[in-house]
Amino acid sequence: MLKVSEIVKILDAEVLTGEENMDLEIYSGCGADLMSDVMAFVKESVILCTGLVNPQVVRTAEMMDIKVLCFVRGKVPGEAVIELAREKGITILATRQPLFICCGLLYSNGIKGRGVWN
Amino acid sequence: MSEAIVKLHYDIDAEDFTTAGEASSGVKKTLTRLGVNHEVIKRVAIAMYEAEINAVIHANGGTADVEITPERVTVIIADNGPGIPDLDQAMTPGWSTATNLVREMGFGAGMGLPNMKRYTDEMYVDSKVGVGTKVTLIVNMNRQGA
Repeated sequence: MLKVSEIVKILDAEVLTGEENMDLEIYSGCGADLMSDVMAFVKESVILCTGLVNPQVVRTAEMMDIKVLCFVRGKVPGEAVIELAREKGITILATRQPLFICCGLLYSNGIKGRGVWN
Repeated sequence: MSEAIVKLHYDIDAEDFTTAGEASSGVKKTLTRLGVNHEVIKRVAIAMYEAEINAVIHANGGTADVEITPERVTVIIADNGPGIPDLDQAMTPGWSTATNLVREMGFGAGMGLPNMKRYTDEMYVDSKVGVGTKVTLIVNMNRQGA
């Protein structure tokens, strides 16, 4: 488990919205650029790391009850995406780390939970 | 639940891909307001979102009709799109006819219909080539019989 504040430090991430959610506890993670693959993933308390920065990422998070998104590879979403996330109460982080390294850092620091595929 | 039957109707607009998901978002809000079980809400939201995205991607939009009763949530997504020539193929995880543009948006992984099936208790696809597709998604309030 990691708190969002710890994730921010580990990934050297910027908080684009959701500064009030730094104490949220994250137990499992998902790294993907395909949203349908994300939607095949059932788990609570998830961080989604992705290189996609369009509004559908926020929509997918909304449907999945994913509270924290981390955009990787230095991708920065448009203001409309950040606004949509703010409206939905979803925290957005942004890091320069690539997806693989991002997942590796989170895993080795304590987010070991995986999704359920059945 | 406070109300016996709730019916909702949405037009799924395909003009702007960025708004895809608004109908599913509205249904999720309504189910939350009605105090429906968290797991049921998530299953409905995901299955309906996939169907909504499909209507946008493949059929230039369509309609969504939702009926919420104390027993179940029924979602019918209908479109006047090209139809599905081979349903078995379309149900195969990974099989997709989506364009590169759709893939760039994060869809077209060939998981849409399989995901809908996974998250629902009943799913019916009524499709005619050149006429359109109607997908019926049913999630029971009580998981028994799933």
